[in-house]
Formats: sequence, C-alpha cells, structure tokens
Amino acid sequence: MFDLTGRKALVTGATGGIGGAIARALHAKGATVAISGTRRSALDELASSLGDRVHVVEANLSDKDSVEALVPAAESAMEGLDILVNNAGITKDNLFMRMKDEEWDSVIAVNLTASFRLSRAAVKTMMRRRYGRIVNIGSVVGSTGNPGQGNYAASKAGLIGMTKALAAEVASRNITVNCVAPGFIQSPMTDALNDKQKDAILGTIPMARLGQGDEIASAVVYLSSGEAGYVTGHTLHINGGMAMF
Amino acid sequence: MSDIADRVKKIVVEHLGVDAEKVTDNANFIDDLGADSLDTVELVMAFEEEFNVEIPDDAAETIVTVGDAIKFLEKNAA
Repeated sequence: MFDLTGRKALVTGATGGIGGAIARALHAKGATVAISGTRRSALDELASSLGDRVHVVEANLSDKDSVEALVPAAESAMEGLDILVNNAGITKDNLFMRMKDEEWDSVIAVNLTASFRLSRAAVKTMMRRRYGRIVNIGSVVGSTGNPGQGNYAASKAGLIGMTKALAAEVASRNITVNCVAPGFIQSPMTDALNDKQKDAILGTIPMARLGQGDEIASAVVYLSSGEAGYVTGHTLHINGGMAMF
Repeated sequence: MSDIADRVKKIVVEHLGVDAEKVTDNANFIDDLGADSLDTVELVMAFEEEFNVEIPDDAAETIVTVGDAIKFLEKNAA
C-alpha cells in the first residue's frame, strides 16, 4: 500500500523539521523527490543522506521570479511532476494592533501566494498527465485562530479555502488537492520553549505530547498515494486532539 | 484545408473525444463539442505546444470556435 515508485514529488521547505520528514517519507516509499528550501547546506545534507532519486532545487519563496522558476526546474530535473507538497511556511508573530504591513505581507506571500503560484504551475503539467496530487501543509491555527498570529492564521485558513476551490476545479482530471493541518509538532522551535510554556501547551492537548514530523509525513504519503484517489478538498487535522472538527 | 487546420482538428478530436465530422470550422467548443471551461484551457495549452506559440489570455478568450483557433494560429504560428 501507498507505493510511490516512479512518482515524482516536489517538497518545499524541505530543510525544516516537518518538510524534511515529508521528503524522507515520500522517498522511502519509492518516489523521486525534488527538495527545495533556502538553506543550501541543509538541502545538500538531506540529499546526501537520502542517496539516489533526489534533486536539490533552491528557491526563495518570497521572490516571485524564484517561485515561478521552481516548478519548471523540478520538472526538468525529475522529468515530470506528480506530487506537489506546499510545505514551506514562515511566521512573523505580533499582536494584531502592532502588526506591521511588512509582517503581514511577507507571511501571506510565502505561505499563501507562493503555494498559489506553485499549484498553478503544477496543475498545468498534471492536467496533461491526467494525474496529480497536491498536498498543502496548513495548521490548526488556520481553523482555530491564535493570538499573535493574525497573519499566519489568515495564511493557513487561506490555504484551506484555496485547497477546496482548486480541488473542485481539477477533480475531473484525476488530480486531488488536500490539506494537512498539524498541531504542535516537535521541532527546533518547540525545543526552544521553556518548561512552563511547554506545560501550558501540553495542557491543551488530550494526547499530552507534541506530535512528531513523521506523523505529519505519513499523512502526506497517504494523500500522495494512488489509494487516496477519492479523497479531495479535505483538510486532515493531526493535532493529538487539541482541536476536533 | 490547410495543414494548420488539419492539426487543429486532430487536437480537438483527441482532446474532446468527438467525431471528426463534428469538428467543423463553425463548431463552438462549448456549445457544439461539449467542452467545459477546463477543456478550453487545455485546448489552448495543446495548441501552444503543437504550434510552439504563446496564446495570451485575452486572445484565448476570443477563440470560441474551431475556425477561431485555426485563424489565430494561421496568423500567429511560426
């Protein structure tokens, strides 16, 4: 089940904890992966640990031209594109009343607009092949909101709406578009929290632990697989029960 | 019939899965040949590929019949 042999996947933000786990999981299932990110050394490290069937494609997702060049670069490196994982995301937290336009704009640009442009380009080639899987990585805060994250929550909620609209448009071409919405996942960011902050977070999670990147990656593998062919427009929440929809 | 017209009609037949005799110059992609809006986008992409030409959105909007496509490509294809 969930065999991805011969499939070609582009994963953005592959240098992050979740993105790296996604790239590893898709690769382990047999896919060829193109990994993109901003830190070249981390990309090279991930590529060498994976071995064959890996291509490094650098991109700066806050730059329009760089975004436009990414799908063609991945497509030509892998000779095709079947799976797009829009994982890259940034945060610029601030209280709403203090939030600067620049903080709003940059988060929307990377998290939402880049995903739009990459999906637009990917769908073109997927339509020709009559096959495609797009997985957008959202967040629980796209559905619940979170103080201090007006920009981030808006971008992730935007992804959910975009997922549904695109899913409806391209379903007849055997292309599925879904969203995976993680809760709190263990990462360098959550490692940096102090015990008091950690306890406060864990108190809101029935599972009483942080999630692991692998637990997000396995959902992406499923939604990228042939077996998930009838699942589209869905948002799969993976958050240890902290919010149930 | 021109070579371009032949190639256009072949693409339309293949993409929309319609009988060749239905693909006349006057045939409207949506009303006569059963295309949906996504089909029309795909046809434009297929024409672009076949004739190695870029069809801008405002031009694509004016291509509603098979004859429109042939005329546009006869004028613009290299």
